[in-house]
Amino acid sequence: MADRAQPVSGAPGIGAALCVATLILGALAAVVWRAEPGSGLGPSDWQAVRFTLIQAALSAGLSVALAVPVARALARRRFVGRGALITLLGAPFILPVIVAVLGLLAVFGRAGWVSQALGALGLEPLRIYGLHGVVLAHVFFNLPLATRLILQGWQEIPGERFRLAAQLGAGPEAIWRLLERPMLARTAPGALAVVFAICLTSFAVALTLGGGPRATTVELAIYQAFRFDFDLGRAALLSGIQIVLTALAAGLALRAAPGGGFGAGLDRAVQRWDANTPTLRLLDGAAITLAALFLLLPLAAIAMAGLPGLTELPASVFRAARTSVLIALLSTGVLLVLAVPMAASIAMVRRAAWIEIAGLLGLAVSPLVIGTGLFIVIYPLADPRALALPVTALVNAVMALPFALRILVPRARAVIGDFGQLGLSLNMGGGPFLRLVLLPRMRAQIGFTAGLAAALSMGDLGVIALFADQDMATLPLQIYRLMGAYRMEAAAGAALLLLGLSMLAFWIFDRGGRWHAEP
Amino acid sequence: MLNLEDAVIRNGVFTVTADFVIDSGAKIAVIGPSGAGKTTLIEAIAGFRPLERGRILWDGRDITHDAPGARPVAMLFQDGNLFPHLSVEQNAGLGLRPDLRLTSEQKKRVHTALARVGLQGLEERKPGALSGGQQSRAALARVLLQDRPLLLLDEPFAALGPALKAEMLDLVAALAQETGATLMMISHDPDDARRIADLAILVAEGVAHPPQPTADLLDTPPPALRAYLGAG
Repeated sequence: MADRAQPVSGAPGIGAALCVATLILGALAAVVWRAEPGSGLGPSDWQAVRFTLIQAALSAGLSVALAVPVARALARRRFVGRGALITLLGAPFILPVIVAVLGLLAVFGRAGWVSQALGALGLEPLRIYGLHGVVLAHVFFNLPLATRLILQGWQEIPGERFRLAAQLGAGPEAIWRLLERPMLARTAPGALAVVFAICLTSFAVALTLGGGPRATTVELAIYQAFRFDFDLGRAALLSGIQIVLTALAAGLALRAAPGGGFGAGLDRAVQRWDANTPTLRLLDGAAITLAALFLLLPLAAIAMAGLPGLTELPASVFRAARTSVLIALLSTGVLLVLAVPMAASIAMVRRAAWIEIAGLLGLAVSPLVIGTGLFIVIYPLADPRALALPVTALVNAVMALPFALRILVPRARAVIGDFGQLGLSLNMGGGPFLRLVLLPRMRAQIGFTAGLAAALSMGDLGVIALFADQDMATLPLQIYRLMGAYRMEAAAGAALLLLGLSMLAFWIFDRGGRWHAEP
Repeated sequence: MLNLEDAVIRNGVFTVTADFVIDSGAKIAVIGPSGAGKTTLIEAIAGFRPLERGRILWDGRDITHDAPGARPVAMLFQDGNLFPHLSVEQNAGLGLRPDLRLTSEQKKRVHTALARVGLQGLEERKPGALSGGQQSRAALARVLLQDRPLLLLDEPFAALGPALKAEMLDLVAALAQETGATLMMISHDPDDARRIADLAILVAEGVAHPPQPTADLLDTPPPALRAYLGAG
């Protein structure tokens, strides 16, 4: 069949994809060019590979398995504070890692609340360092992300379908088979792949809760080679290993790309008639309560530790905060300019797989790999440290791109599938369709994407650690330095400030986009 | 005048061939067994399905390769004829300007059209807050504003009750009369066809036959149509 007419041009998205591909592949080429095979992989390198894979698989499986009951409970229950809880679910993912680790230590650490309670019962305290600590932290970070991704799938089932099912007398089991299982079959693999890829490139968690020869990730090893030895050749070789690992994860993610949608539903609030049995209410209540406690306790711990230090923050903290806000805004703008056109192109253009691959390249390069590559490219031309700010913003945007596309593409597909023909028949080509249909109907997803991008960038501690000199710091880096100098009061206060800024950035964008407002 | 010259339209494994002329202002029902290709034929005329062979002409002008919105065609689909996030007024206004940058004079025309289809007072409503009949009326107001010479209906009223459907069809016929538009409507109901279409195109066994008087076709149906109608 000849190419069918399309409501919007695919060209901007193709251009954006080319830019991203050039940037990432250029960085990869630099890494490969600079890598020094030397004596090949030592036993400690293999140990790092093994540890990286095991912890990522465990983290992804646990996160998604636990997310399904939580998402289902949230999808079919209405209760006071539900909106707040859903917003809160965005928190750990966008929580700056160092801050969250401090919170987890306060709850699950050797001297933490849980250990104290166990001690009161005469039991051994928890041991958080090592594999289970790393997995615990990853589940803490990714359970909410998985819940939100799956909940979004639930909410994309139009309310009319549930109404139809209720009318047919379908009980919870029939609804599971008819509507929910097919939806999960589309969303869960994508969620698994995303969490796996995130955990594969874990850096700060491994730095704080892992470490040592038995719990070092490849990403951490790259940083150590770069920062401690300034051994670019070895950092490049380790980056090569990381590329192979993450390419594997990117392949998984691509295979798990979701298929067709559930069709159009007019925007009525979703109501459920099937789940009003006492047992289901109890189960859903338990799932929501446990998840909320798991997420809230560490956040409460951060707040309690940080409040005393908040009044006497050093000026360096505020300078760093200003830098972080600037980077976050820049990074969000860059991301949206790349991601929205790419999502539209992926949804429309035939044989668009390469655009999707270009978007997923961000998964195939970890921040430290791309940072290493860019450093190698920039080093002979200019002082990399002078470019720390724009490079950090750019890398943050590219890193957020895969998540952005996973959020934007299914919606863009649905909108174009449902309304593309109508738009064409009304001659709404190009601008009008974009302005009146595509962007308004994608607003919730765009807002969510922007919120994630801004907060992730705000809390990022990755590339900046490679590029910044002593005079320049983002807020997370400044906290890291304060901790290194054992100024724990100030670090905790700055952590609370960073938490507030990240949450605020996420909230403003996500709120602005969420128009699926319930009555 | 709509002219399908030796046209072949492919839809997956089957094709529909069409070679006929439709006079301007005609009201034509497209009837035939399910799955015979009625929608395929309409989609080709609307520009959503390319021709494998042949041409489509409107008043002698070749429109075979024109984009859907550039054709002299207004179309109502089986469903999804309104944007749920836009108000009734905006949905109708799209018929005048697809970018919705309406002048005050154009806004007045939108209100007049909405009043013509009986929706005055509901301009600010979203489609979700309208009844099925009101949604159909909103779409018809847009068709009226589009003012295209060829109106294609792919059973947009199939979900409505018989009385409401008849009411909508009468409204369509009246609107087509007022604007002088040529009407082609897919129909599953012989009574609907008789009601407003003096001519009918039979689509059966991969062929869209030239239009013939509806009464003749329905009174002495060929075998394929007779089996579908179930008439003795």
